[in-house]
Amino acid sequence: MGRYREDGDAIARLIEADRVHRDVYTDPEIFQLEVERLWSRTWIYVGHTSQVREPGDFITLDIATKPVIMVRHTDGSVRLLMNRCAHKGTKVVGDLAGNTGKTFRCPYHAWTYRTDGSLINIPLKQGYEGTALQQTQAAAGLTPLKHVEIYRGFVFARLSQDGMGFREYFGDSLSSIDNLADRSPEGELELTGGCLRFLHNCNWKMFVENLNDTMHPMIAHASSAGVAKKLWEGKPAEQPKPMAIEQIVPFASDYQFFDDMGVRVYPHGHGFSGVNFSIHSSYSTVPEYEAAMKRAYGEDRARKILGTVRHNTVYYPSLTIKGAIQSIRVARPLAADKTLIESWTFRLKGAPDVLLARTITYNRLINSPMSVVGHDDLHCYRAIQEGLAASGNEWVNLHRNFDPSELDARELTCNGTSEISMRNQFRAWREFMVSA
Amino acid sequence: MSARPTIADIVRFVKHEARLIDEKRFDEWYELFTDDAHYWVPAVHGQTDALLQNSLAYEDKLLLKLRIERLKSPLAYSQRPASRCLHVLQEPEIEKADPEGGEYLTRTPFIYTETRVDDSQRYAATAWHTLVWSEDRLRIKLKRVDILNCDAMLPSIQLFL
Repeated sequence: MGRYREDGDAIARLIEADRVHRDVYTDPEIFQLEVERLWSRTWIYVGHTSQVREPGDFITLDIATKPVIMVRHTDGSVRLLMNRCAHKGTKVVGDLAGNTGKTFRCPYHAWTYRTDGSLINIPLKQGYEGTALQQTQAAAGLTPLKHVEIYRGFVFARLSQDGMGFREYFGDSLSSIDNLADRSPEGELELTGGCLRFLHNCNWKMFVENLNDTMHPMIAHASSAGVAKKLWEGKPAEQPKPMAIEQIVPFASDYQFFDDMGVRVYPHGHGFSGVNFSIHSSYSTVPEYEAAMKRAYGEDRARKILGTVRHNTVYYPSLTIKGAIQSIRVARPLAADKTLIESWTFRLKGAPDVLLARTITYNRLINSPMSVVGHDDLHCYRAIQEGLAASGNEWVNLHRNFDPSELDARELTCNGTSEISMRNQFRAWREFMVSA
Repeated sequence: MSARPTIADIVRFVKHEARLIDEKRFDEWYELFTDDAHYWVPAVHGQTDALLQNSLAYEDKLLLKLRIERLKSPLAYSQRPASRCLHVLQEPEIEKADPEGGEYLTRTPFIYTETRVDDSQRYAATAWHTLVWSEDRLRIKLKRVDILNCDAMLPSIQLFL
């Protein structure tokens, strides 16, 4: 038995108001408890409804280390099912995506289920007559996830039976998803272009924290964004700036820029940087798209939607979105020092293809396993994972702009270089972790 | 070279290209590409679109230059210590030849190893070189690298396949 499972106080002691103990990143027992508590009691991003358009369409994935099927049921609703045969535990669906028709059939003994998970057939059924099968979970079929919410096409699930409701959990942070969806003249998104799957040999929190860490870009990305800036310097002003230059160079912005960006946090760990503007604010305009937005929303509303250019919004702990560039990154924790980061891109329905090309370019430049920006980020996360083994100091400090009054605040807007977003995440972490 | 490249010239060119990467002669390697060239590493098997589908890499010469200049920078922390790589090539095959138009397509299966101190990655891949012959020399218009497990979750790949 470990130190933490039976001792909520010991877990609470890992999180102080302005610093956290290294065990939150390195301890395998803490990781296991995170899966059982934090990742079960919070609302986890699963997928997008545009991945399962027609009845029978499905995707399979692991959320919080559990195999799950997301499927469009025959009645048109989106269902989440544990991908585990009620009989012997076989993963029923092996394909990553496809259309299953009206039923799933286990490849081992052909137990067959409707797309809501209910069991409809077992071969040689008479063999179960007089047995207790009907009194067990097996008779109910594939275990459905009962707590599922769809918000503007984003599908979330809460694995635990009891817990906080979806609206209470995310609150006003949902405005970032609204802004992303509103950027479509039709108000609808389509997940497209495939997924970049980047294996990070570090704890998931290092990645999630980094998204609103505004003190690192000018340092960690000096060799990529800094070099890009130099390569473009001296080019005539009339020469059209390539999309890639437009996207990479702002990473080399100075401290003042990132501080002025601003950061806002919400209860339960959510928050975003880029309250006032962001590294996406100076992208070239697409007149055809802006015209379509004005037609759809009217001039004022269109200006407001396009003028909201947030940097990263964290839907703690699993989903991070960039509305202004239509991409999302999803953290899928695998072990204390192993995390899969999935990066996805959206088509804005009713918008010209150049916007899709823009998000695809951004995703490739920044989020690919071959990204020169990503290489330096991951190098730093891994360096933390290794550095934390040092003795003499077991604490990670998060003091920048700490103000005790923030402990009582619900929603707070601060200067962009504050470490408030990490402190806010760890307060949520403690909230969901301490009780058994 | 003669007025047209021989098969031996083309094969030698493809081998030389891999060697320049392995020896980190990136400035020379850069000069092998035409001005409108691309270096493409698709993210899914059989990918046909580089612009509206996610790729692991799709770099024009500007982005190749950025990568090469970055590798020279002492601020490229992920290269301290530096990575090394080695291509072990199967004999390149001429897949298509258009001597009149001066364009050739080669197919070269290879094993690529990239190491960084204790970390070692190995990939099976196929390189497709679209080569053009002009001004008495071969140049690369497109180098497409299909990694066998391009859709797997991958760690940082820092040099050039």
